[in-house]
Amino acid sequence: MGDKITVLNPVGFAPKVTRKELAPRLSTLEGKTVYLVDCRFDDSDVFLKQMQAWLAEHLPGVKTIFKPISSVYLNDDPATWEEIKARGHAAIVGVGH
Amino acid sequence: MTIESKYGVPTVALHTDKFDRVVRSVAAVNGMAGLRQVFVPQPVMGKSARELRAYVDGTDPLTGRPVMQEVVEGLTKPLDGDDVASVEYDRSTPRLVEPDSAEKLESLFLENCWTDMLPIVLPTEERVAAMLAGTRRKPDEVVGRMRPTHFREAWEYTVEKVAVNAVMAGARPEYFPVILALAATGVSARGSTTSSMAAMAVVNGPVRHEIGMNASTGALGPYNHPNATIGRAYGLLSQNCQGGSVPGLTYMGSQGNNYAYNSVTFAENEERSPWEPFHVQHGFQPGDSAVSVFIGCRSTAFTLGLREKHWREHVRNMLLGMDPHIPPTLLLDPITARQFIDRGGFVKKDALIDWLYDAARMPAGEYWDYQLVQNYLYPRATFGEEPWATKLKAAADELIPMFRREDIHVVVVGGETNGYWRIMGCTYQKTVTVDAWR
Repeated sequence: MGDKITVLNPVGFAPKVTRKELAPRLSTLEGKTVYLVDCRFDDSDVFLKQMQAWLAEHLPGVKTIFKPISSVYLNDDPATWEEIKARGHAAIVGVGH
Repeated sequence: MTIESKYGVPTVALHTDKFDRVVRSVAAVNGMAGLRQVFVPQPVMGKSARELRAYVDGTDPLTGRPVMQEVVEGLTKPLDGDDVASVEYDRSTPRLVEPDSAEKLESLFLENCWTDMLPIVLPTEERVAAMLAGTRRKPDEVVGRMRPTHFREAWEYTVEKVAVNAVMAGARPEYFPVILALAATGVSARGSTTSSMAAMAVVNGPVRHEIGMNASTGALGPYNHPNATIGRAYGLLSQNCQGGSVPGLTYMGSQGNNYAYNSVTFAENEERSPWEPFHVQHGFQPGDSAVSVFIGCRSTAFTLGLREKHWREHVRNMLLGMDPHIPPTLLLDPITARQFIDRGGFVKKDALIDWLYDAARMPAGEYWDYQLVQNYLYPRATFGEEPWATKLKAAADELIPMFRREDIHVVVVGGETNGYWRIMGCTYQKTVTVDAWR
């Protein structure tokens, strides 16, 4: 066992993280509009359409809208988010990888 | 996360189970640890509608609970106290590591994933001070910010932090301005992408000779100290200064990439190139020292020379072997660079790039069916972004360009022991000054 030595930490500086509040949850999905937001990555559209079919079969009182994002998932899409906020009550976003 | 936090819409995010740790971590560092996330099996890609319906009908592989029950609850179950509180995290990094023996410190660095798993030089205060003597910049000056993926927050680093990583890589103080320039690009050599990227760094100008970089025989191999250690330092500073490159958490490359060990770092052979140096093409003077960074480096094609009769077809075949999402950068031995002039009359590098752009064509139907084109270019085409929007109008059997012309590059490197050359599939990022970091 050698003598103790002092070395420097190689890790950078993380920014402070401020916790963001989640949106209030709905009391029920019945009668509400749920957007299925397609991230357009690795066949996520095929998957979300299956989820849309499940909702139609099991929760027919829920209106669903299949909505592909405008461009590639790396880009912000304020037009789509504004539409969902204006016309929808909730969103299911997928499929992240 | 944006739609939930900024627009106030209750949201459930769907992911495949392989991304459990990484997406929870991304949510946490974005201040939304409580984000409602539901998981399905990996992969979704390539599965039939029937198979994906089974995912929907099935259970979350991480919790064992029905997927749709979790989705519905995620949108309707009331939030608890932790989800509505507003808290700030102070995650400052200590300057020093707790003193210990060299053996234990080496183990600690390994355990913390602060290395590339090869032996490192421990960054003692004396060694870091010696490295800092390689620049006039102050130790506490901020060099830049970096992150492993688009969705994570960028971390910040100083000249001293870069010096620590340069010492660990075995670099010498005279290399430090090149390493600082690489750090200043803000381009990570440890991207988290599932596609297993590596970086490539091309050094131009007088600094190549001043520090003894190799642009000749074996330049891309393990035969030159600055080439080897500058590239290694670029990788280490990336993973450490951006806050990690840990498989399953901050690194998701499915297969990994051996090029990442030294980030394909070499000098251009300007003296034997028949064309202007790469950095001059990008706005620098021949007497300036600069470094250019590329990312990708997954797909390569290679051959020997250019045959008189079928060289055009051979080069076209090589281009067709590349994934059309990632553009080609030709790495030419000087022998082959001159052959391109002899065979094709490409006295200017631009003329060669024009020809490459035109040669790299494939039927539109095949092009749009590539998975990466579907993931990254098709959405941009439908958004009206050019040139993809125009390409999208082509008939399925129409030959369309695989790449944008401005994304095709040519670099000359090699010792003329033969006319071997290769195409590296990689995306040019930027060229930055080395001189400003002396």
